[in-house]
Amino acid sequence: MAILETKNIHAGYGGMNILNGINMSIDSGEIGVIVGANGAGKSTSLKAIFGLLHISEGSIELNGEDITNADPNTLVKHGMAFVPQEKNVFVSLTVEENLEMGAFLRKDSYKGTLEAVYHYFPDLKDKRYQPAGELSGGQRQMVAMGRALMIEPKVLLLDEPTAGLSPLYMNEIFDRVVAVNREGVGILMVEQNAKQALNIAHKGFVLAAGRNRFTDTGENLLNDPEVAKSFLGG
Amino acid sequence: MNEFIFLFNSVVISGAVIGAIYAMGAIGVTLIFSILRFAHFAHADLMTTGAFVTFFLTVMFPGVGPAVGLPTAFVMLPIAMVLTSLIAVGIDKAFYKPLREHNVKPIVLVMASLGVTFMLQGLVRLFAGTGSRNLFVDDRKEIFRIDLPWELASRKIVITEPQLLLFLFTIIAVVSLHYFLTRSRLGKAMRAMSDNADLARVSGINVNVVVIVTWVIAGSLCAAAGTLLSLDVALKPDLSFNLLLPIFAAAIVGGVGHVYGAVLGGFVVGFAESLAVFNWAVVLRPLARAMEWDLPRSMALVPTEYKITVPFFILIAILVLRPTGILKGKVI
Repeated sequence: MAILETKNIHAGYGGMNILNGINMSIDSGEIGVIVGANGAGKSTSLKAIFGLLHISEGSIELNGEDITNADPNTLVKHGMAFVPQEKNVFVSLTVEENLEMGAFLRKDSYKGTLEAVYHYFPDLKDKRYQPAGELSGGQRQMVAMGRALMIEPKVLLLDEPTAGLSPLYMNEIFDRVVAVNREGVGILMVEQNAKQALNIAHKGFVLAAGRNRFTDTGENLLNDPEVAKSFLGG
Repeated sequence: MNEFIFLFNSVVISGAVIGAIYAMGAIGVTLIFSILRFAHFAHADLMTTGAFVTFFLTVMFPGVGPAVGLPTAFVMLPIAMVLTSLIAVGIDKAFYKPLREHNVKPIVLVMASLGVTFMLQGLVRLFAGTGSRNLFVDDRKEIFRIDLPWELASRKIVITEPQLLLFLFTIIAVVSLHYFLTRSRLGKAMRAMSDNADLARVSGINVNVVVIVTWVIAGSLCAAAGTLLSLDVALKPDLSFNLLLPIFAAAIVGGVGHVYGAVLGGFVVGFAESLAVFNWAVVLRPLARAMEWDLPRSMALVPTEYKITVPFFILIAILVLRPTGILKGKVI
């Protein structure tokens, strides 16, 4: 059953629509990857799903429940977490405080989750008392992902998690995404490194001008000559 | 020796007194700025309001103080802090929150807070009149005169009971605020929201609760600062006039958005004021006698009536030389 499904959503900024009918669906435990050219509406789709943009048409379902235009707070309570592309850590807070902020809505003890996050990202454990602003780009991305994992989400939305990272960190982040996914977390991510991302994807959504252009499994999209020609750089 | 005791009394003690008051006001200004992103001009009047809330409580329950051996106003302070916090939260709900929901520019909120200033001033005068009052309703203000053991020191160090209570309260307030901001989940959420409000929202931090907590802290400190200042001197409806500029100067000097900076800035401005109005002729007199100089009677840098210009100069100097403040805050 689909854990997250968008049905024909239209959304945009200040009256101008950027999304003109996006259909996406991922099952629980799947990785969905959104690729496309600049301005195709990739990041905008994630923001619309996470309630940061007004959806004028269409609907979104999380685990069968309608969450169209719900605010981020409600979505976090329902088990959805979002990692923005930029400014995604609290720079003046320590690593551990950043992670605690991810668990703000949890009433139960989150110590176990904290250990699990440190298990995914051992680098962070060594730097737990250091302000996140002092970390490298790759480590910050780990803090941001760790923060999102603190509510033990069912679905994790990642906006270009590898943007601006060195190849070494890029591979590390992809590895972590797969590891998190293996624990049963559904992942929907936007990625510039389309080939590498589609390699780990169960589903791929190629967007163009705010619409679905191709929708298929990651493998099929990688092998599709037309997709390869226009979106994967040949 | 006596000259230096005089210097201690009028610079160190009075500087620390006024510095502690400014610090408590500046903490509120800095917290509101970092969470709600606007300069809250009604802050000094919230202090006056808090002092008058204490005054009304003191008048209603005059026997409480003598029963426990403390000034009645000080015993009433916790209740006044709660009530003033409620007033602060109410003001936010009624005036600032609707504006925030319309996503107005910060300057609109600043103007609204100016409106709230006038409203509070009007309300205080409506209920309490325009006259000066004594918040110290108990029999006698305890004044401690501390003898120094040296032979030459015949002058005593003078400190009043309200001043001692003020120092005690300030230390407790700053230390508990420190622990609140660094240890509690809500305190950390306040810092997170000050750091990155969008990310705080995305993380699921309850923004409304954080805003309310901010007003509760600011309101409580306002009530405390207003009350403790009035307890030491007198309670006047125009108390805020001499407080507004210094507390903003203190917040900016310390670095806007920094709680510890606000404390530091408060004491910097407080000591600068008391140093500027201090009559240096007193300290120089023995030297002048020995050297047979002719000293003028008064050698203060700034006459007492113009004390308010001191924070103004500090403010201009810090904005020109180091606009981020001592602890590198946000640039307004």
